Amino acid sequence: MTTAVLTAYVLVWPVIVAGVLFVISRAFLSEWAAARREGKPMI
Amino acid sequence: MNGAETAGFSAVAVIGLLVFFYGGTFLISSRIGKKNENADAYMTAGNNVGFGISAASMTATWIWASSMYASATSGYTYGISGPIHYGLWGALMILFIYPFGKRIREVAPKAHTLAEVMYARHGRSSQLMLAGSNVVGSVISLMSNFIAGGVLISLLSPFNFIQGVFTVAAGVLLYTLWSGFRASVLTDFIQVVAMLGAVAVIVPFIFFAAGFPAAFESGAGNLTSQQGSFFSSEAFMNQGAPYIAAVLAYAIGNQTIAQRLFAVKQSLIKPTFITATVGYGAMVIGIGMLGVLALYLGVEPTNGDMNNLIPQMAAEYLPPVLLALFFIMIIGALSSTADSDLSALSSITMADVYGQNVAGKEKANPRTMLLVGRLTMVAATAVAVAFASLQLSILDLLVFVGALWGALVFPVLASFYWGKVSGRAFTTAVTAALVVFLPVRFSWIPTDGLFGLVVDVLSVIGIGVLLGLMVFGFAGAKPAKIVGTLAALASAPFAIGSLHEYATLCGSLVAYSVSTIVCWSMSVRREDSFDFALLSQRTGDFDEADAQTTTNGPDCDGRADGDADGGKPAEPTGPTGTPGTTDTAEPK
Repeated sequence: MTTAVLTAYVLVWPVIVAGVLFVISRAFLSEWAAARREGKPMI
Repeated sequence: MNGAETAGFSAVAVIGLLVFFYGGTFLISSRIGKKNENADAYMTAGNNVGFGISAASMTATWIWASSMYASATSGYTYGISGPIHYGLWGALMILFIYPFGKRIREVAPKAHTLAEVMYARHGRSSQLMLAGSNVVGSVISLMSNFIAGGVLISLLSPFNFIQGVFTVAAGVLLYTLWSGFRASVLTDFIQVVAMLGAVAVIVPFIFFAAGFPAAFESGAGNLTSQQGSFFSSEAFMNQGAPYIAAVLAYAIGNQTIAQRLFAVKQSLIKPTFITATVGYGAMVIGIGMLGVLALYLGVEPTNGDMNNLIPQMAAEYLPPVLLALFFIMIIGALSSTADSDLSALSSITMADVYGQNVAGKEKANPRTMLLVGRLTMVAATAVAVAFASLQLSILDLLVFVGALWGALVFPVLASFYWGKVSGRAFTTAVTAALVVFLPVRFSWIPTDGLFGLVVDVLSVIGIGVLLGLMVFGFAGAKPAKIVGTLAALASAPFAIGSLHEYATLCGSLVAYSVSTIVCWSMSVRREDSFDFALLSQRTGDFDEADAQTTTNGPDCDGRADGDADGGKPAEPTGPTGTPGTTDTAEPK
C-alpha cells in the first residue's frame, strides 16, 4: 500500500464531511431566508 | 502517552465551554418557544420540516459520542478497514430504512410514532411491544450519552464523573423540556455544524501534526497483515457482519429515526435520508481514522481503556483552541442524541400511552399530553442519570437490544405492505423469535449437537431474510425473493456446521428467521386483507381531535384485522374502510 494511497484514504473523509456541511448549511440558510420573507416560523 | 490528563482544562475553562454550549442552545430553543405549545408540534413539528433542518437533525441524532469512540476503537483494533466496518454499516442503517420510510409516510402521513401506526394496524399488543422496545432502546441510549459526557468531563477537567453526568443531563433537559422535538431539531443544526466542522479541521490537523504521511512508513511495523489490509476477514467477521445483521433492526427499533421520518416534508424524505447517510458515514469513518493513526504511531490507550484513545490523540496533538473545539464536538454529539432520545420518549408516552391507551385518540387533551411529555422528559432524565452512575456495560446492552430488535423487523415491515398480516401473527411471531433468540444469544443450550445444526439452518434462513428485506425496500418482492434465496444458498455451505460459534451474530439471525417463518405461515392462508387507507384516518393530529368528531379512530371502529389483542373483533367501518378490502400494496 503506497503512502499516497493511505494519505488519500485518511484525508478523503474530512473532505466529504466538509461537502455535506456545505449542503446542509446552504439549505438551512435558504429555508431561514424563506421563512423570514414569508413571516412564518422556521419550525 | 497520557495526554488526556496532562492537557486538561481548568475548572473555569470547562464551565465556560459548557455555559457557552448549553447557554447557546437554550437561547436558540427559547427563540422558538411558544407560551401555548401544540402537542403535535411537540412530537413531530407539524410533519412539515424542511430539508436543511431535517438532514442536519437526522445526521446529528445518529452520531453519538459512543459511535466516535467505537469507530476509533475499530480502527485501532482492526486496522485500516476497521472504521469502514463500523461507519459504513451504521450509515447504511439510515439508507436502507428510507424506502420503507416513504411507504410508512404514504400510508400514515400524520403519525407520530411507529408504535402508534401499529396500534392502528393491529391493536394494543403489537403497539406496546414496539413502544416497549423503543423505550428500552432510548433509555439505554440516553444513559450511554450521559456516561460519555461524565467520562469526557472527568478526563479533561478537575470535575468528577458524577458531576459531569449531572451537568450534561441538566444542560440537555434545559433546552429540550419546553419545546420538545422542535427544540431538538433546531439545536441539532447548530450541533451538526460544530461536529462536522470539527472533523473537517481536526482530523487533517492531527494527521500532519503527528508526522504523517511519513509515519505510514515508519509505523508500518506496528500493524499485522490483517490490520494492514483493506479486505481484512477479521474486521469483517468481528465488526462488519454483526453490524450488517443489525442494519434494519436499529432503524426499526429506534424511535428517533421514526420521529424524523414523520417530521420531514413527505417530498423531502429521499434527499434527507441520503444526505444523512453520507454525512454520518464520512464523519464517523473520519473520526475512526484517528484510531488507525494511533495504531501506526504505537499509541497505548491510557489504562487500556479504548475510550481514552480519541481524547488522548486530541490532547497530544491539538492546540488549546482546537482542543476546545474537540470538547464542543463530543458534547454536541452526545447532547444531540440525548435530546432526541428525550423527544422520542416523550412522544411515545404522549401518543402511545396517554393518547391511545389512557384517554383514547378522540378524548385526548392536548394540554394534558404536553404535561405528560414534559414529565416524561424529567423522569427519563432522572432514570438515565441513576443508571449512568452504575456505569453498566453500554456496548453489551446495545448489542443485546439490537439483536432483540431483529425479532420485530419482518412483522413490522410486512404490516405496512401485506394486508394479510394479523395482530395475532405479529405478536406470536415476535414472541416466538424472542423465545429462540435468548438461548442462542446467551448459549443456554449447548450448540455442539443437533441444536447447533438447527441454529445454523435458522441463521442461514436469517441471512436470506435480511438481504431479501434490504432488496425489497428498493426493488420490490420478486428481486428480493431471488436475492434472499441466492444469499441463503450461497452462505449455507460455509455457515452450516460453524456459524453457531458466533453467538451474537446467530442471535440476530435466528430472530429474523423465526419471526419471518411464524409471521408468514400464520398470514399466508388468511383470506381477509387490511385496507391501508384506514391508517391515515386512525393516526393523525391530536390537537385537531376536538374539531374532528369523526368515528374513524381505533377506539371507535375496532381493529381492522380482528387480532388477538383482546380488542374488539369488529371490522373497520370508516368512510373509506370496507371490511375485507383487498390490499393493492401486497407483495406479489
